[in-house]
Parts: sequence; structure tokens; C-alpha cells
Amino acid sequence: MNTDLSRFHQLFFEEASEHLSEMERLLLALDIAAPDVQDLDAIFRAAHSIKGSSGTFGFNDMTDVTHVLETLLDRVRKREQALSDDMVDALLQAGDILRAQLGAHRDGVEVDPQEAEPVLKRLRSLTEAQALLLADTPGTAISTASIPLPEFRTFHIRYTPGPDPATPLGVLIEELERFGVVSIEQEEAEHCILHLSGAVDMQEIDDIFSFIATAEQYAIEALPAKSTAVEAQTDEDDPGFGFFEPIASTEPPAPTTEDEGFGFFVDPASLQTAQKPEDKDPGYGFFTDKLPVPTPAQDPAASESHPLEMPRRRASDREVDNSIRVGIDKVDQLINLVGELVITHAMLAQTISTLDPVLHEKLFNGMSQLERNSRDLQESVMSIRMLPIGSVFNRFPRLVRDLSGKIGKQVELKLVGEGTELDKGLIERLADPLTHLVRNSLDHGIEAPEIRLDAGKAAKGLLTLQASHQSGNVVIEVIDDGAGLNRERILSKARQRNIPVSEDAPDQEIWPLIFAPGFSTAEQITDISGRGVGMDVVKRNIEDMGGRVEISSQQGIGTRITIRLPLTLAILDGMSIGVGEQTFILPLNMIVESLQPLPAQISSISGSGRVVHVRSEYLPLVALHEVLNIQPQTRDPCNGIVVILEVEGGKVGLFVDALLGQHQVVIKSLENNYRKVRGVSGATIMGDGRVALILDAAALVQLSRS
Amino acid sequence: MSNTQETAQSMADAAQYLTFTLGREEYAVDILKVQEIRGYDAVTAIANTPAFIKGVINLRGVIVPIVDLRIKFNVGNATYNEFTVVIILNVLQRVVGIVVDGVSDVIALPPEQTKAAPEFGAALDMKFIKGLGTIDERMIILVDIEKLMSSRDMELMDEALA
Repeated sequence: MNTDLSRFHQLFFEEASEHLSEMERLLLALDIAAPDVQDLDAIFRAAHSIKGSSGTFGFNDMTDVTHVLETLLDRVRKREQALSDDMVDALLQAGDILRAQLGAHRDGVEVDPQEAEPVLKRLRSLTEAQALLLADTPGTAISTASIPLPEFRTFHIRYTPGPDPATPLGVLIEELERFGVVSIEQEEAEHCILHLSGAVDMQEIDDIFSFIATAEQYAIEALPAKSTAVEAQTDEDDPGFGFFEPIASTEPPAPTTEDEGFGFFVDPASLQTAQKPEDKDPGYGFFTDKLPVPTPAQDPAASESHPLEMPRRRASDREVDNSIRVGIDKVDQLINLVGELVITHAMLAQTISTLDPVLHEKLFNGMSQLERNSRDLQESVMSIRMLPIGSVFNRFPRLVRDLSGKIGKQVELKLVGEGTELDKGLIERLADPLTHLVRNSLDHGIEAPEIRLDAGKAAKGLLTLQASHQSGNVVIEVIDDGAGLNRERILSKARQRNIPVSEDAPDQEIWPLIFAPGFSTAEQITDISGRGVGMDVVKRNIEDMGGRVEISSQQGIGTRITIRLPLTLAILDGMSIGVGEQTFILPLNMIVESLQPLPAQISSISGSGRVVHVRSEYLPLVALHEVLNIQPQTRDPCNGIVVILEVEGGKVGLFVDALLGQHQVVIKSLENNYRKVRGVSGATIMGDGRVALILDAAALVQLSRS
Repeated sequence: MSNTQETAQSMADAAQYLTFTLGREEYAVDILKVQEIRGYDAVTAIANTPAFIKGVINLRGVIVPIVDLRIKFNVGNATYNEFTVVIILNVLQRVVGIVVDGVSDVIALPPEQTKAAPEFGAALDMKFIKGLGTIDERMIILVDIEKLMSSRDMELMDEALA
């Protein structure tokens, strides 16, 4: 291919990967028993578009795969073959292969044709098995090839390249000559009429033009051929696209469209209407961002026309058009500045509060308005970093499908609250822990179908991923209706691993044991889960994000794992504490309780410091002023406060002078301009403009031991 | 005529420096590294750090460490009052504040007025001194502030960076 098509490659890559995603999404959503014809058509169209454009660019490996895939799909959508689970699997696999091929072409790497072979074989066998069955049935056409040989026809092509064509006419004609004899009826710089005679499908010509010109710059018309069938077919074939003049029409396309003919900035709304078949001037903008290349389903075998399902796609395209990409550092800078504004306001308010409100009424009114506005501003700016959690949830339908097939379980995945928004940084870090939890639920939670039936449950297990906002937190739940956690097994495993736990401890104390490192109660290790490396990592990841994990479970009924996360990484729920002259912040999610101990509760163990006796537990007592070398207000724990912290599975009592209050604080990095400080995880700016350090409880405890 | 031209030329070449005093010695840093000069207030101490690291301040939302060069080089009296001056520097994409005895002037030093420093007993280690300048018969020590701030004994950066 000598046309300069390489500059369109990027466009092709983008579109093809969009088509692939769409295909996968639709395949996963398909109801196997009663597939929606429109969905099947949409899948077919996606595959066909990839085939058409990959062929044009000479990516023959992709054309091969899509061709086989399309053959199978075509039979399914024409009801010649029933859809099966196996088929969807094979189609998904083919999708993966296509994605790999696409990636290889994009990176300019050689593709190993062997990789596609097994999938192709599988698809072919699926198609052929059915075809053989049908062979016995008279009257059923057996066509496994989706493109029958095109008939010899003459096409009338009107092409208006415009003042500065991307591809010279000569090159174009050379390209067309691959298909047959080209004769030039009229050749002017801006308008020419060509005749092409050859055994070629109109689709193939269209493919060439669609890459070099916008839709209204060219019109291809098949002249009546020998058989009237062809004519009828052509008419029927392109019902929804309107790129082609109906044969009956003698009216030439208005050449006046030249000026606005490039359609670079056509908005999707006008496209939507422009794509109606009656419209002779579809105004298709090739360069309009993210719009699919017009490669209409032209397959003569697919003469049944179905209403197009374009509007849904258009709606999502419009969303894309309405957003801009901005570097995250710019957003963070904005958040910083707004935070400063709020602090400045607080300082001003403090100064003003000494004034007489009656004398300075206007000033006070202005201040309260400023407060409202700056809070609104802060909220809006914070919301820029928010993304719907759906972007994480979306990976699970495929995962659940693949895994449940692999381990022979039937699982239905339900996603609830995909629109729940949380910080972009959190979303990225949430994917791994959630994947662990979902795998666990599939492997250990939900039982095999026969066991479920025995237990009187439906054979198909239900796995629910649910997200919601609850009082300033994001709550994500992974719920299964499986066997539940096995109390006895966890207890015996705990004893094996010498984890001290009482036999009659409440469930709330037993379940968290599964978060201990190396703890797995799975009877046998599978390749999905059970090595005991998962749950402690999950817990640590969530805690690193400032969140908490809770488990509730009932044997035989199911398990619910709840993750609570702060709305953003940038904000932390903290308790401010005072030691000496200084104020520190402790993350609230680490604090279990705080108390003022009685002298009887404090005892010292010779050589290894003091312990505090709280609710039948002896907890090591760490004095913050000793760890941080600060002059405290009191050295007697009974005059101060002991904050019980949960740190790395154990509890410690942290002795401080006083609790000052609970705040949401904006986390700032110390490392940007300074270095990492042991025992400190970050800093924040208090209402008075001073810096307060955020303590890292785990590191503090380590510091106190050394 | 040609003489004035020469002078103008050398003035254009002259680098500008901010001079400050530590004890009785006069130092200068490249003015392009200086972000601002401010008073010393509201410093939050950081535990278990050397005495010359006074802590961190909030500089319009950015957490900035403050180093007292007087303590570091053991010159002058490390007292803090409303006249104590902090020079906020922008070095190696970091913002750092240094406490000095006083900020004197902005000077232009043409290259011919700076000389390589001989071995001598300044408070600063020789490797952080770019040279010596002379203005009105006064000797000014030109400090390589980037090298100084990133040096290991300042303990301002993690090892990996230093």
C-alpha cells in the first residue's frame, strides 16, 4: 500500500481499541439465553469496523481474526446458531488477541501469528460444528464465509478533494486500480468523477475514501449491474448511513458543500441527525474526535437491516467532548491555594472577632459571605480530583466471569453505586485490594453449585460490589452469599500460628484474625488465592490510604467486607493532641479510645517500661514526650491522657498531655522541601497558620522500642 | 568613552548577590536563588533533628524547613526576636529558609572583582565557597548555596538525593 496512510494509523489505533472495549462490554452484558438482537448487531458492527479498517491499513493478522470472529457472530445474529457460554468465551479471547495485535502494531513490533491460532481454531470449530449440524437441514444456507465474492460491477465515484487534498489524486487512482479498471470522466483540481469497473465490494472502495476524505467530499454509487439482485441488495445494505446516493436518485450531490465540507468541527448532535438515511449530506467529520470511522456493515450476507443503535454511543461521546485534560499538579496547586485562602480567612475572622459587631456590621457581613464563598470554592476544587468508582468496578465483570469459569462456579456479579466519586489517587490504589477481595470471595466464599443446591441456595452465587457515601466517608462493600467464614477453622489456625485468642471471643475479634500475615484457612492452595499473602496486604493497603476494613460474616449465609475510606487522600480525619507547647495530629482511624488512667491502671515492668491495664489487657505505654524529646506539661500518665492506638495488629497506649479536638486536616508533604522524619507521616496547617506534624503511630512505637 | 563602555559591559556581566552577615563575616548568595526575605515566626520544631534545624514553617501553604546557619557554623548569638531574618531560598527545586544575623545589601560583582578563595579559616568549609569578592574594601565570601544546602552535613535531604 503506497498511499500515505501512516498518518491515519493513530486514529485507527484509537478507534479500534474503542471498538474492542465496546465489544467486550457488550459481550459481557449479553444474556446467553435470549441475546438482544441490537446488542449482537452492535458487536458485529464493532468487529466489522475493525476488520474493514485493519484491512485498509494492511494489518492482515487482525483482519483474519476479525473475519473468523465475524463469521461466527453473523451466524448467531441471524439465528442460525444459538449463542453459548463457550462462544462468548471464545469471542472474548479473540478480543484479547486483537488487542494484543493492535498493541503490537502500535509499538511497531512483529506479531507472532501462532498466538492467534488456538483462538481461531476454537472459533472455527464452534462455527463449523454448528454448520455441520445444519447441513442436514435442507433449505438452510450454509455460508461460513462472511464475504462472498463480490460481483463485477461498475461504480460511479464523485470526489471533491477540496483545495488541499491529503492524498494526491494520482496516488488515489493507483490505489483504486488495485480493484479494477479506473477511467476518469472529469478531472479538475477540485472536482472529479471516476469510473471504476471491477469485482469489488463497495465497502472496500468506501474504506479507502473514508480515510482520505470526509463523507460529503465523495459519493460512491454502484451502477446497475447485470443482476437486479445486486441493486436491491445495495439499496438495502446501507440503510442507516446515508453515505451513498440511493440508486434511484438522479440529483447530484450539492458541490456547494465544499466550504463547510471538511466538517472538522461538526458536533455530535448534528451528526446524530445527519446520519439518518434521508439525509444526503451527512456531514461526517472524519477528524471529529473519538467518532468511529464510517465502515458500515456492508456485508451482503447481512442483508437483514436492523435499526442502528447510534444514539447511546453519541451520548457518551458528548461527555468526552465536554471534558478537558489537566495535569494533576495544576489541580493540586489550586487545592493548595484554596486551602491557603481558607486559613487566611480563619486568621482574619479571629482578628475581626475582637471588634464590635454593631459598629462594623458591614465588615461582619462581608466576612460571612467570604466564608461561604471560600467553602464552596474549596468543595468545587476538591471535586475536580474526584472520579466515579465505576472505573475500578468495570474491571470486575470480566474477572469474575473468567475466574468463575475456571473454578466451575456460577457467579452473578452485581455492581451498585458505580457513580460514587472518590479521589483519583485513591481509585488507583483501590484496584489491587478490591481484586484480592473479589478473588477471595469467588474462591473461598461462594460454594460450588452442587453444594449450594444442597444447602438450599440458588446454584448461582451472588457477589455484590457496592459503593456509597456515608458521612464524609466512602464505603465500599464486597458482599457474597457464600459459605461465610469458618470460626472453628480460623481459631485452630490461630492456635497453630500461636496467635493468642480466647476460645469464646466474640466474632468481631475472630474475623480480623484473617488479616494476620500468612494466615490462610483455605484447605488447599489454588492458583487464585489461598497462599495467605492476600488479606494482610489488603488491610495494609487500605490503612495506608487512611481507611479501615471491617468484616461481618455468618456461616452458611455469606460474608460482607466493608472498606471505609476518606473522601480524598489530601484530607485526613485527625485528632489533635498537645504535648508541651506543641500540637500534633493523630490519624483518627488508628485511635481505639482514649482515657485518663487511674494510678492503679499503670504498672511498671522492670527494665521494659510501663504498661497500662485497660479492659483485661495490658498494653505497653509509650510516652510521646520521651519519644520526641519534648518538655511535657506532666510526666504522670494519671494527669494526662492515654490514647489507645491500634498499630500493626497490636494495641499500645500513647501518653500525651491533652486531647485538643477533632479536625479534618489537609495533608502536606514534609519531603517536598525537607526529608522524611521518623515518626512523622506528614504535616498540616492549623487554623492559626502554624504547622502541625501528623504522627505515624507505627513508626513512633518502633522509635520508642529502639 | 571606551572606558565607560567597558565598565557598562562588565556591569552587565556582573552577577547580583544578596549579602548577609553571620557573626562578623559577610557572605553573599546568588540573588536568583533567593525567593524572599521574611521574619522569623511560628516555627514548628521537629523532634530528633540536629539543633540547627529549627523546624518547619507554613509559607503560603508550603511546608518549608528552617535552618539556623548561626548554630550550624557556630557564629553569632542564636537569639530570636522581631529582627531575626530568614532568607527563603529556592535551590534544587526545593524551598529552604536560612536564619542569618542580618541581610545587608544587594550587590553587583563583576567577574574581575571576584577571586578564588585561598585556604583560610572561615566558618564555612572551603568546598562551599565559590570565591571572594571585594566591595568598598570589604571582603565578601561568595557561598555556593546549592552545594551547601544539598551537602550531607546539612541533613536537609534524604540520602538518596544528597
